Amino acid sequence: MNKRKNIFISIIFLLTISSTVFSGELVIKGSTTVLPIAQKAAEAYMAENPDVKISLSGGGSGNGIKAIIDGTADIGNASRFIKQKEVSMAGTKDVYPVPFRIALDAIVPVVNGKNSVNNLTIAQLKDIYLGKIKDWKQIGGTPGKIVVISRDSSSGTFGVWKELVMKDERVIPSALTVPSNGGIVQAVTTTPGAIGYVGLGYLTGGIKAVKVDGVEGSEQNTLNGSFPISRGLFMFTKGWPQGETMDFISFILSRKGQDLVKEAGSIPLF
Amino acid sequence: MKRQHIDKGVRSGFLLIALFSITALSLIMIFLFIEGLPIFDHVSIKEFIFGKYWYPTDDPADFGILALILGSVSVTFLSGIMAIPLGIMTAIYLAEIAPPTVAEIVKPIVELMASMPSVVIGFFGMVVVAPFIQKLFNIPVGLNMFNASLMLAFMAVPTICSISEDAVFSVPTALKEASFALGATHFETIVKIIIPASLSGICTAVILGLSRAVGETMVVLMAAGGAAMIPGSIFDPVRPLPASIAAEMAEAPFRSEHYHALFAIGIVLFLFTLIFNLIADFLSHKFRQVGEASL
Repeated sequence: MNKRKNIFISIIFLLTISSTVFSGELVIKGSTTVLPIAQKAAEAYMAENPDVKISLSGGGSGNGIKAIIDGTADIGNASRFIKQKEVSMAGTKDVYPVPFRIALDAIVPVVNGKNSVNNLTIAQLKDIYLGKIKDWKQIGGTPGKIVVISRDSSSGTFGVWKELVMKDERVIPSALTVPSNGGIVQAVTTTPGAIGYVGLGYLTGGIKAVKVDGVEGSEQNTLNGSFPISRGLFMFTKGWPQGETMDFISFILSRKGQDLVKEAGSIPLF
Repeated sequence: MKRQHIDKGVRSGFLLIALFSITALSLIMIFLFIEGLPIFDHVSIKEFIFGKYWYPTDDPADFGILALILGSVSVTFLSGIMAIPLGIMTAIYLAEIAPPTVAEIVKPIVELMASMPSVVIGFFGMVVVAPFIQKLFNIPVGLNMFNASLMLAFMAVPTICSISEDAVFSVPTALKEASFALGATHFETIVKIIIPASLSGICTAVILGLSRAVGETMVVLMAAGGAAMIPGSIFDPVRPLPASIAAEMAEAPFRSEHYHALFAIGIVLFLFTLIFNLIADFLSHKFRQVGEASL
C-alpha cells in the first residue's frame, strides 16, 4: 500500500518537473486593444515553436499591469503607459515593470457621414466635450444640437482622449457613453448630430473622420508624429524579460511581428 | 424498516439541495456586502447616495450615484406606465373575454415573448428603435430614457400578463355567476368583482414585472444612452445602475475604490429589488381573497 503511494507521488512529481522543463508556457493578460495583436502574434509564434504554450486573456490595461506586479502573468498588455500609482505599487513589491512599445494607435474624432464639418482644433474638441460648444453652427456646421458620445470612463481609449484632448478636465455628464468602438460607430451612423471618437481601425462607411488641427488621422501622420491624438501600445514585463518571454517580445518587434500588427488593425512601428 | 430508511434518505436529500441553494445565495449576498462596504471609508453614505457626479476614474474621483439612481427609477417608472395597463388588460382579455381558441393561440405567444433574450431586445432598441424615434420625435438622439423604457416594457408585459392572467382565471366561478344573477353586465362584473377579487395576484404580477425591469442590464446598457446625468425630459439619455456595473466592472482595478463603489451600487440595486419583493409579499397577503364570502 505504502509502496504504491510512493510510486504515485513520484509519478506526479516527475510530471510536474517534465512539464516545466520540456515546454515553455507564457501567460499574457491585459488591454483589449492590444488583444488582437497578441492573438495573431501568439498564433504565429506557437506555429513556429510547437512546444510553447501561450495563454491569452483580456481584462483591460489596468489588469494587465497588475498581473505583472502580482506575478500572475509574464506579459501585461496596456494601451497606455504605466501610471505613477502603479509604479509605486510595483515598487513596494520590488517589481520593476519594463515597457516595450510594440505598436501605435491613433484615435480619430468622427461625425455622421452627412455632417459638413471637416476640421476641428483640439481646443474646439475639448470645448465640445466640456459642453461649452453646444451647437454645430458655433463651429461652422449646419445648425443643430451636438450629441456628444464618449467611451466609458474606464476604457483605455477614453483615458487617452482625456489626457490628450481634455487635458484631464471632465467630460460633461450629459455625454452618451458607449461600451465599445463598434458601439460608437453604430451610434454616430444613426445620429445625424453626433460626434464620437474611435481607433483608426474602426473607420467605416456611415461615419466621417474629422481632421484634427488640419491633420488627417492616418497611419502615415501617426508615424511621423503630426497627428496629435495618437498613443503607443505596450507590453510590460516583470523585470528585463528572459527566455521565452524575451523571444516572444523580439518576435513581435521583428518584421514578421510588425506585419501581424498591421493585420490586426493597428499601426506598425516600422 | 427499509422503506423508512428510503423515506429518511429522500427527506435529507431534499433538505441538502434546499440548503445548498440558500447557502450559495447567502454567500453571494455576504460577498456583495464585503466588497461593497469598504467604499464608505472613502465617501460617506450620504455623499454616495446624493452625490450628483459620477467620475469614478478621475483623480480625485467622485462617487455620487444620485444620477444613476434617478436613471433607474425613471426608466422603471416610465416602463411601468407603459407595461402595467397593457399587461393587465391583456390578462383580463385572455382570461375573461377572449374566445377559447384565441386565448389558446395568444397565451403561448405572450409567454414566448418572456423568453426573448434581453440582448436581442437591447440590440433591437439600439439599431431599429433608436433611429426611428429620433426621426419621429425630431430629437437629437434616439438612445434615451424613452427608448429604454419601451424596451423594458416589452420585457415586463409578458411577466405581468401571464401572472395576472393566472390570478384572474382563478377567481371562483360562483362569484361571477352571483354577479350575473344580480343583473350586472359582463363589464360591471369585471370591474367590480373580478378585478377586486384578483387584486393580490395582479399586484404581485406588477411588482415582479417591475423588479425585472429595474434589474435588467443588457437593455439599458445598449439603449439608454449611458449619460450619468439627472434626466430633465423623457428624451434625455440616462445611465441606470445595472448599466454602470456592467460597463465598468471589467476595467475597474481589483479592490480599488472604483471596484468597491461598483459593488456598493450592487448593494443599492439589491435593496431596490428586496423592497420590491417585500411590497409584493405584503400586497399578496393583504388583498388575499379567502374563500368566496369575503368580498
